[in-house]
Amino acid sequence: MLIAAMLVLPVAALWWWARRHRGMGSEADRATLRTLHEANRVARPLREGLTETSAERAVRSLRPLLTAPAVALSNGHAVLGWDGPGESHRDDVLTATASVLEDGRARVDRISCTDPACRLRDVISVPLVVGGSVVGTLHALVTVAGAPVIKATHEVADWVSGQLELAEVDRRRSGLAEAELRALRAQISPHFIYNALTTIAAFVRTDPDRARELLLEFADFTRYSFRRRGEYTALSDELQSIEQYLTLERARFGDRLRVTLRIAPDCLTVMVPYLSLQPVVENAVRHGLEPKSGPGEVIVEAVPDGVDIRISVEDNGVGEDPRRIQEALDGVAQADSVGLSNVDMRMRATFGEHYGLVVETAPGAGTKVVMRVPRFAPRAHPNDNVAL
Amino acid sequence: MIPAVGLTAVLAVSLLTLGIGVFGVRVARTTSDFYVASRSVGPVVNASAISGEYLSAASFLGAAGLILAHGADALWYPVGWTAGYLVLLVLVAAPLRRSGAYTLSDFAELRLESRAARKVSSVVVALIGVLYLLPQFQGAGITLRTLVGAPSWTGSVLVAGVVLVIVLSGGMRSITVTQAFQYWLKLTALIVPAAVLLVHWHREGRTTSQELRVSDWVEPMQGEHATYLIYSLILATFLGTMGLPHVVARFYTNVDGRAARRTTLGVLGLLSAFYLIPTVYGVLGRLYSFHLVADGRTDAVVLELPSDVLHGFGADLLTGLLGAGAFAAFLSTSSGLAVSVAGVLSQDVLRGGSDPVRDFRRATALVVSLTLVLLAVSSGVPVARAVELAFAVAASTFCPLLLLGIWWRGLTAPGAIAGLVVGGGACTAAVVVALAGYEAPGLAGPLLAQPAAWTMPLSLFVMIGVSLATAGRRPASVMRTMVRLHTPEHLDVDRGTFDPERTVHPGESTARRDLR
Repeated sequence: MLIAAMLVLPVAALWWWARRHRGMGSEADRATLRTLHEANRVARPLREGLTETSAERAVRSLRPLLTAPAVALSNGHAVLGWDGPGESHRDDVLTATASVLEDGRARVDRISCTDPACRLRDVISVPLVVGGSVVGTLHALVTVAGAPVIKATHEVADWVSGQLELAEVDRRRSGLAEAELRALRAQISPHFIYNALTTIAAFVRTDPDRARELLLEFADFTRYSFRRRGEYTALSDELQSIEQYLTLERARFGDRLRVTLRIAPDCLTVMVPYLSLQPVVENAVRHGLEPKSGPGEVIVEAVPDGVDIRISVEDNGVGEDPRRIQEALDGVAQADSVGLSNVDMRMRATFGEHYGLVVETAPGAGTKVVMRVPRFAPRAHPNDNVAL
Repeated sequence: MIPAVGLTAVLAVSLLTLGIGVFGVRVARTTSDFYVASRSVGPVVNASAISGEYLSAASFLGAAGLILAHGADALWYPVGWTAGYLVLLVLVAAPLRRSGAYTLSDFAELRLESRAARKVSSVVVALIGVLYLLPQFQGAGITLRTLVGAPSWTGSVLVAGVVLVIVLSGGMRSITVTQAFQYWLKLTALIVPAAVLLVHWHREGRTTSQELRVSDWVEPMQGEHATYLIYSLILATFLGTMGLPHVVARFYTNVDGRAARRTTLGVLGLLSAFYLIPTVYGVLGRLYSFHLVADGRTDAVVLELPSDVLHGFGADLLTGLLGAGAFAAFLSTSSGLAVSVAGVLSQDVLRGGSDPVRDFRRATALVVSLTLVLLAVSSGVPVARAVELAFAVAASTFCPLLLLGIWWRGLTAPGAIAGLVVGGGACTAAVVVALAGYEAPGLAGPLLAQPAAWTMPLSLFVMIGVSLATAGRRPASVMRTMVRLHTPEHLDVDRGTFDPERTVHPGESTARRDLR
């Protein structure tokens, strides 16, 4: 029975494939499609910029587009990719590219060859221009450099330049995202520093031992917050800094602040962006519980959820108008909720748009902030060297 | 025997697992003892968790059954299942943990810097997962039939249903603690009846070689092509362990590479202790339950032995305990496996919508139902054999990927993909033939029955060959990745930050050339 299934499946696949490829139109239509397909294949490597790897892959598809016997791409100093026969002419191509780079104009050079089998006589060299400067050259090696092939080479070179320009834009954009991330670097709030110090000051006379303990907690907390290296940290480290933070806040609130941590042990080794949880907890204490008259509770929970983990911070405080939270996350509102929007932006910039904060709140109904963190993100590592 | 005892035991274990899975065992702490809450899971708990998830139907039922039927040669099964962790300990555990990978696909993506390699790995993960789930469901059927005489499919459907509910209700909230508990449950369920039966056997004072029917039973290397078959089995089990999706996921819970090694060492100890017991059941089965060999129902020996040795309520109690342990084995392995495989599937293969939770549920339903369908059409090979086929596929795919990926910087994405496709394809074809119950004539018979001995080297050499041929396509930051895999965490070095979304810049590729 299983063997029968194994026989039926490939036949079905073949039938499906044949159905898809029926009715491709006339010969001219097919030629157009083929050209478009080749152009598409060139575009992909070129979008990575002009490197040895990308050039090697690109020339393979450029040769059928140009219908020239040999095609080469160079960056002005070296031939990066070559497809077709006659690699002995690399030096001729290098001299040609040097001249093109000098005056930025296309040219056709005669080349001499001792090999009787070699049919390459002319090399057409066209500059590749990105952002107004020549970054390389496209070469077509042909027997006779007629007008059509010269024209075609120009067209293709223009198109390649366009792709390289897009690659440059891509590169700038990812650089921008990184700079943005760096600008968003985690910060502890000045409010907290002020509050903590005044609280400790209040204990200095009445309970010096307690004051000393709190001051040490504060020192530990600031050491964690001011560390210079690494964008990621294990959830267990982040939780430890939250514990320090909450110890300080509890000194201020006394019995009014109750805290529960419910953390599934599986989650503790997950890498989270450094100081991504602390601002959320601080938000719950400052905007949820501080304005509330009676006692309040903060529950921090982390559970595995498929390949992600789900961390939630819940308080039974005064809550907030959802519209104001929306504004804060959009960055329109006042600086009061900067912590939340900062975390939201960092999460989305690090893990993708799906990983933003989810906030459930209503006036008088408390607030729950949920964040998801993937267990594996290729960039996340405890000691990675992205400078902050 | 009274079916009620067995049925109660099975239902109790199912409900307990369901409850733990749905409501979860969580570390809950208030501020008073904060510092306990953020302390990570230690190697002992981790080792128990890995063992608990790893000890499946094959270990609980199958190993004893094979020893009963085939004698000394079958001892290689428990030995191989344990020794796999030795290879893991020496070559893979610490670098794998340092890579930060949660799934094998993560590792492929990180090391090879290729989305394509990731996708191919995910398909192989799903394949191994389904092949491994198959004997779990099959074992559940056997257990329920032995305990209460219900038709086989009821047990399979029961386990499939419980697994579905657990995973769909939020996916096992605290797997580590649950699975750690499962190991000790399984060990107790197996060791207590074994002790009672041994004491009974000692009091009876009967043992003669004639009664053991030992003619060729204790002699190793029995049957045609025995040498090939045994070496193939050794290769599959020694090298397959590292490629099992649910084992790799457990390593993630370790704090660092060093803890991963200590955990593996712990697993070796725990498994060695556990695997002594199936041998006891096999030998006692030879004495008391020889009729099972004639019936071809050797997989049931663990469950039937108590009622063959003892009589009355005591035997029923022991059988109930064993049934409960067996069900714990199916449920823990199946749900852990389903979670791992569904995670990988939803991330890479099914990712259609913007809702990862729904994708995950769809993937789980797909994996479980696919396994049930495969179970319906397969011909019912012994449980331990079926598990070993999953090991063979793992050994022919992820073992070369991990070994070369960790220890050879020359591995390229095209090489890895070619190896996975060729080795995995060849091995899967052989497995399909084996599961269909077809027995090829001549030399092809053993080659198809135990494919690992030729598919694993095949995959290895294809990976090496294609990688050498495509040496120009080595990943851009392979040196950084190697540093990351092999440097202890406390050392301060540049470990690189590979980002699949970001294209390689010309500047970076020059840096790579300098490094070489």
